[in-house]
Amino acid sequence: MGDFQIKKQSKKYDAIIVGSGAGGGMAAYTLANAGLKVCLIEAGPMFDPQKNVTQLKNPWDSPRRGASTRFRPFGDFDACYWGWEVDGEPYTHAPGTEWDWFRARMIGGRTNHWGRISLRFGPRDFKRRSIDGLGDDWPIGYEDVKPYYDKVDQLIGVFGTNEGLENDPDGHFLPPPKPRLHELMIKKAGTASGIPVIPSRLSILTKKINNERGQCFFCSQCGRSCQVYADFSSSSVLVKPAIATGNVDVVVNAMAREVLTNNDGLATGVSYVDKTDMNEYQVYGRTVILAASACESARLLLNSKSQRFPNGLANSSNVVGKYLHDSTGADMGGVIPALFDRKRYNEDGVGGMHVYTPWWLDNKKLDFPRGYHIEYGGGFGMPLYGFSWGIENLNGKHAVKGQAKPAGGYGKSLKEDYRYFYGAHVGMAGRGEAIAFESNYCEIDPDVVDQFGIPVLRFNVKWSDHEIKQAKHMKETFAEILHNMGAISVWGNDDGPENNYGLHTPGKIIHEAGTVRMGSDPKKSALNKFSQAHDVKNLFCVDGGQFVSQADKNITWTILALSMRASEYIIDEMKKQNL
Amino acid sequence: MDRRKSLKALMVGTVSAGALLEACKTSDKKGAEAKAAADLSAGNLDRMKEEVAHYKQITANKFFTEHEMATITILGDIIIPRDEISGSASDAKVPDFIEFIVKEKEEHQVPMRGGLRWLDLQCLNRYEKTFRECSQQQQIAMVDEIAYPEKAKPELKAGVAFFSLMRNLTASGFYTSEIGVKDIGYMGNKPNQWNGVPDDVLKQYNLAYTEKELKECISFTA
Repeated sequence: MGDFQIKKQSKKYDAIIVGSGAGGGMAAYTLANAGLKVCLIEAGPMFDPQKNVTQLKNPWDSPRRGASTRFRPFGDFDACYWGWEVDGEPYTHAPGTEWDWFRARMIGGRTNHWGRISLRFGPRDFKRRSIDGLGDDWPIGYEDVKPYYDKVDQLIGVFGTNEGLENDPDGHFLPPPKPRLHELMIKKAGTASGIPVIPSRLSILTKKINNERGQCFFCSQCGRSCQVYADFSSSSVLVKPAIATGNVDVVVNAMAREVLTNNDGLATGVSYVDKTDMNEYQVYGRTVILAASACESARLLLNSKSQRFPNGLANSSNVVGKYLHDSTGADMGGVIPALFDRKRYNEDGVGGMHVYTPWWLDNKKLDFPRGYHIEYGGGFGMPLYGFSWGIENLNGKHAVKGQAKPAGGYGKSLKEDYRYFYGAHVGMAGRGEAIAFESNYCEIDPDVVDQFGIPVLRFNVKWSDHEIKQAKHMKETFAEILHNMGAISVWGNDDGPENNYGLHTPGKIIHEAGTVRMGSDPKKSALNKFSQAHDVKNLFCVDGGQFVSQADKNITWTILALSMRASEYIIDEMKKQNL
Repeated sequence: MDRRKSLKALMVGTVSAGALLEACKTSDKKGAEAKAAADLSAGNLDRMKEEVAHYKQITANKFFTEHEMATITILGDIIIPRDEISGSASDAKVPDFIEFIVKEKEEHQVPMRGGLRWLDLQCLNRYEKTFRECSQQQQIAMVDEIAYPEKAKPELKAGVAFFSLMRNLTASGFYTSEIGVKDIGYMGNKPNQWNGVPDDVLKQYNLAYTEKELKECISFTA
């Protein structure tokens, strides 16, 4: 350890941003375009979908034919580096609790592969306590965020339709793609039960919006991140143009260790370990902006202990790490006999569903609070590892071309079966709002460090009856839609109280939020309504950590809006010499 | 015009979609040949360095013996034989895929190794030969007893489980090969313009787009 030393950067930045996903990318973009000098720290390597390509590859280009690995849990072609397991970076659980912690390590973070489901929160989503007495209201309302949703819509691009729904607000939408065949069937089936099925709202460019980004060419592979930048990935849409301003220094493979503070109790910068040379570095700035993901940002604050901040930074309220919650999730799938032996054509479409179901019911008539939306899948997908797996459970149940066959089999007859059933599958996934409870939290595990010597998180999260009842309702809805469309459920149909009705483990839906929440009362929140720490005025958190609650809307669009809002506030405060 | 250039064209938007689709058609064949020769671990697909190391590690050794591979090849071609539409599992190099995927997914190792052994012992007891040494007739007679889960004798259930795994792995390997993708009729994975469900298909299913959809959705003129 003779040459072990901490290397201190002499350059002083206006802002040090930790994390380059939706929150960090937007902060870097907004600040750099205002002429501020930014240092953007990212724990993973550089990534540019134009150079790091898995899009438009064929199944045989992967030796595992697209099967998932621990490096790419969403499959071998997925653009995201790492997932629920990261080599050398463990996390732990309190006994009897569950949390699966997803971590992306790359420029752009998980936005490189996400579902591009870009939903605004509605007016009710900011004020849930006032409605059902659970959790807390946000210190801001829809009217505060609306101007930023409007700007994000126009800057990044999102397709959809204005439906005039009160809690699913209208926006600035590009035209959506026409529904696919199974989606038309879903729409008919849903409508018959009073379940709305409307065009989905995805941040994919069905029309060109500027000269830096191309137009969608309908390969359905947004999960691989788009070479022509026709989908929203923070890497291509925010970080790349931010770098082009000349105002951003990007430090990749840099694992943040601690937020540094001075005797005045202000943040002065960030210390990190460079994963490539394993040296310790410090960078300094006028402000520090955390956007490392809800749990990593909380971990960073809790690990930034000092005499002045003995239980971690921005944590005099003791809420950092608490109120951790993910979306609820439950799924079901089946086959549509009407689609057996279908005519072949290219129905790739955009990367994701062309229609979805926003929450449509009144909780006063239900036994659970909050709602869920439904995402749909199906059709002629690219054959990948697992193709028609378990055909022995299908070909004995349905006659093939009029001929009843015994389950299983082999040979020419089996090849006929594979052709017959291809493209007849339909799937649905409910994604709902969990209650943010103080008793669900992550904290520093005093006994365990990661490979960089950084103390790790220990999770303590349990679902409540609210979420379990919601999952039960999802399953009933899916069964009804499948029934209406003449489909036969094949999986996800045998759940019960023994497995929480198929409710996924918390963390599995990858919408973690709430750990650094904002609020008007500094005793009950870490941040004020501008995402600024109550205790440390030049410290901000602009990722999912700041959320008081997360609606049944995927949180990315709100992260982007709040990050832009916080960034404009920072620019303004700097002009006023308050920062 | 190669695919990268055609994508670039899409980006600047100077080429019509028709020209683009033409360009892709002519380049696909050459591209496929070049890809077949590429090192899959690095270059052809974006990979992290940790993934390259993992690939090298698992491909450094063989898992199946020559005898096991020969048996897998016979079974694969019984499951997916050549027919009037496409080739066989071995034509699509399915045995090589199974060798790789069983190394990658360790949960398949014992069921595959043990299942192959189970099959040989059954054949030794019946025919005093291993499965691969049996006549075609004997092989099919054996397979018939384990290929139909609902008809199989209870004492052969272990063989049924093995054959189902073998069927599933063979299908995964075959339908993700160039031969198999063509057979199954997947027509995507290329730049195009989604203009909705073809008219004849809409008619077949008695469905139609609403006026609202036709007005709001993106459409393209051919």
